[in-house]
Amino acid sequence: MEQTVQTAIRCRGITKRFGEVVANDGIELEVRYGEVLALLGENGSGKTTLMNMISGIYHPDEGVIEVDGAPAAIGSPADAQALGIGMIHQHFKLVEPFSAMDNIVLGTKEKRLPAKALRRKVLELCETYGLTIEPEKPVREMSVSEKQTVEILKVLYRGARILILDEPTAVLTPQETDKLFAILRQMRAKGCAIIIITHKLNEVLAISDRVTILRRGRSVDTVETAGVDAARLTELMVGRKVSLSIRRPEPKDPQTILKVVDLGVTRPDGSAALTDVNFTIRTGEILGVAGVAGSGQKELCEVLAGLLPAQKGAALYHKENILGKSPAEIINLGISMSFVPEDRLGMGLVAGMGMTDNMLLKSYREGKGPFVDRAPARALAESLIKELNIVTPGTETPVRMLSGGNVQKVLLGREIESGPNLLITAYPVRGLDINSSYVIYDLLNQQKEKGVAVVFIGEDLDVLLELCDRILVLCHGRVTGVADARTATKEQIGRMMTGEEVDL
Amino acid sequence: MDLFLKFLVAAVAAGTPLLFGTVGEILTEKVGHLNLGVEGMMALGACAGFMAGYATDNLLLAWLAAFAAGLGGALIYAVLTVTFMANQNVAGLTLTIFGVGLSNFFGIYMLGKSESGSLKLPEAVTAQMRSVDIPVLSDLPVVGPLLFQYNPFVYLGIAVALVCAWYLFRTKTGLNVQAIGENPGAADAASIDVTRWKYVNILLGGGICGIGGAYCSMIINGGVWLSDSVGGLGWIAVALVIFAAWKPHMAIWGSLVFGALRVLEYYVPQSMGIPAALYKMLPFLMTALVLVISSMRRSAGSRIPGSLGVNYFREER
Repeated sequence: MEQTVQTAIRCRGITKRFGEVVANDGIELEVRYGEVLALLGENGSGKTTLMNMISGIYHPDEGVIEVDGAPAAIGSPADAQALGIGMIHQHFKLVEPFSAMDNIVLGTKEKRLPAKALRRKVLELCETYGLTIEPEKPVREMSVSEKQTVEILKVLYRGARILILDEPTAVLTPQETDKLFAILRQMRAKGCAIIIITHKLNEVLAISDRVTILRRGRSVDTVETAGVDAARLTELMVGRKVSLSIRRPEPKDPQTILKVVDLGVTRPDGSAALTDVNFTIRTGEILGVAGVAGSGQKELCEVLAGLLPAQKGAALYHKENILGKSPAEIINLGISMSFVPEDRLGMGLVAGMGMTDNMLLKSYREGKGPFVDRAPARALAESLIKELNIVTPGTETPVRMLSGGNVQKVLLGREIESGPNLLITAYPVRGLDINSSYVIYDLLNQQKEKGVAVVFIGEDLDVLLELCDRILVLCHGRVTGVADARTATKEQIGRMMTGEEVDL
Repeated sequence: MDLFLKFLVAAVAAGTPLLFGTVGEILTEKVGHLNLGVEGMMALGACAGFMAGYATDNLLLAWLAAFAAGLGGALIYAVLTVTFMANQNVAGLTLTIFGVGLSNFFGIYMLGKSESGSLKLPEAVTAQMRSVDIPVLSDLPVVGPLLFQYNPFVYLGIAVALVCAWYLFRTKTGLNVQAIGENPGAADAASIDVTRWKYVNILLGGGICGIGGAYCSMIINGGVWLSDSVGGLGWIAVALVIFAAWKPHMAIWGSLVFGALRVLEYYVPQSMGIPAALYKMLPFLMTALVLVISSMRRSAGSRIPGSLGVNYFREER
């Protein structure tokens, strides 16, 4: 039986440098037909870089990629496609205004089929692999999981037998993830070779046959999934033993700081982002917000932070509505709010400025006279570097040069430093590796213990259930419930995210 | 009624250079490149077309020369923005200044060489540029003058617009090209040669603009060389792209409207006492209005190519 297993891709000594940075350093990897290989590693360990080389987006500086046993020169995505390699990128490569069908045939060499024939062909393909899709629906009107299905179909349509999925579950609900895994298993049964990049350990254990672990650009080990557990994988990934449980201190004397009543928000295009949203935020507590991407989380944050006007409803602080008030007026009421937006380098920090200048953005008003006094800001930057172990060449290095985890520490550090009593964080650990994520959880817990009311908008339900005290679940801008994180199950939250009423 | 018919006919003729400029720019913008050099490419085409017609007595050669000159201007732009990823706005503006300057410079040089001190297209060429005369059809009442009595440029322009619409919306290449303008990363991942098609479209677009320029120098000024013959039409064309919602066939109607604005002053009774300067201003005022209205409608799903103005670099991190 062993002899019939064919190697699909073998990487030998792949090295890739970006300027000074060595992203991949002599990587060895092998994936066979009829198996799912998980590629596990922290951020910046070189997973995506490696896969981009296999799919022809980057070129390796050294080393050989063998496809079906022969060395392959993959110079472009077209070459990769000709070799039967298809990549499903983390950030979908879809043309939004085009229909699903058009996206699927885009760039293929065949003649343009009449819409009907194409539709039939796409639907046939769907049936083979058990996928469902509306071929005529424009991608921009699709949910994330539908978009992913289009990406998968795109790859299958081109006859790919080697599939690479870059963090495919990052944006899916647990139910959608299960569905995706069912599809992947079906493809595996049909003999495809599948590489899945992820840093969620439970998913690695659920779907893969073997795991290759990368650490700082090197391939440290490849193990059979059946013979390992989460703790062992983490150890391989981080390089030392790490405790995987998240601390959850008991809330002390929670007081309602903000009561949101019948909140309604409309997007610029006229669609409803939030409808009749009611909840309370309490001091000394972490309130989690769960929901499929685009369920109104972003609008919720921005309304509370005063960046977006509300069409309806109120956010009451001791019977005073803070909606529509300027940040200065809100501060005068005694609320000091800090907002850690989802888009760290867009809304949170100025990417091209150093730490000092980014600190100043929050504090320059306190300075006297027309001139800027950099000294206190620099001192603050230096103390943050020390306290939070921020890895940076200096306080004046533009923050966009830092890794994701360090950027988040800079942002969160600055916000915490201002001593808020309400801290709103949107996806604070998105894209961060395990180590950095735990640092962030600790920071949030410290704030909670100080009596700060923390709002945590998250996407990983395991984390939400372990870290938060209560979880507010949104679906299409409506609250489907507020669950007690100590008793709710992942499955319940998942069902609430899709709009089901759940008895808690 | 007769006056209105004449007005329409004049509007079509006045709109034709705009049509070329607009269609050329649509091709360019569909691959995600905003080329503000339309005015410059038209100026280059104006000069090359006029001089070729002057020298060879052949309208077809004049068209080819104008096309080549516009394409040459676009090549500079494409090398700068596609290959070297220079800022598109700066490259386009510079191309306008360069094109207009070179065109005027060459015109003055040729004027200096001519004995009479002026340049006039020979009769052999102007004969080819006269309004067509199709037996029966051109003699029909109303329909004849409205549809079948224009100079050859007009029909060429409409043909070019329709062919471009077919190319963009009916062929597979067109689909690929649109994908490049919407999301070059997606197009690249779908194994479309992004750089190649960007060049093809930008160069073709430039060539088409060049023919529009030849219209200005050869028709509008009655076959006499004048400096600055394009006179800002290239800028209106850039705005017309938005008015036409990035559809070449819509550009036919758009250029008709703007053509009508340009000739309006000759068809409104003088007794109304509207100053001439106001008429001159109208197309530009309309341009400003189009920009304002289209930016207000943006959220309602206008068809602006998603990556317009953004250069594509595959290995960007």
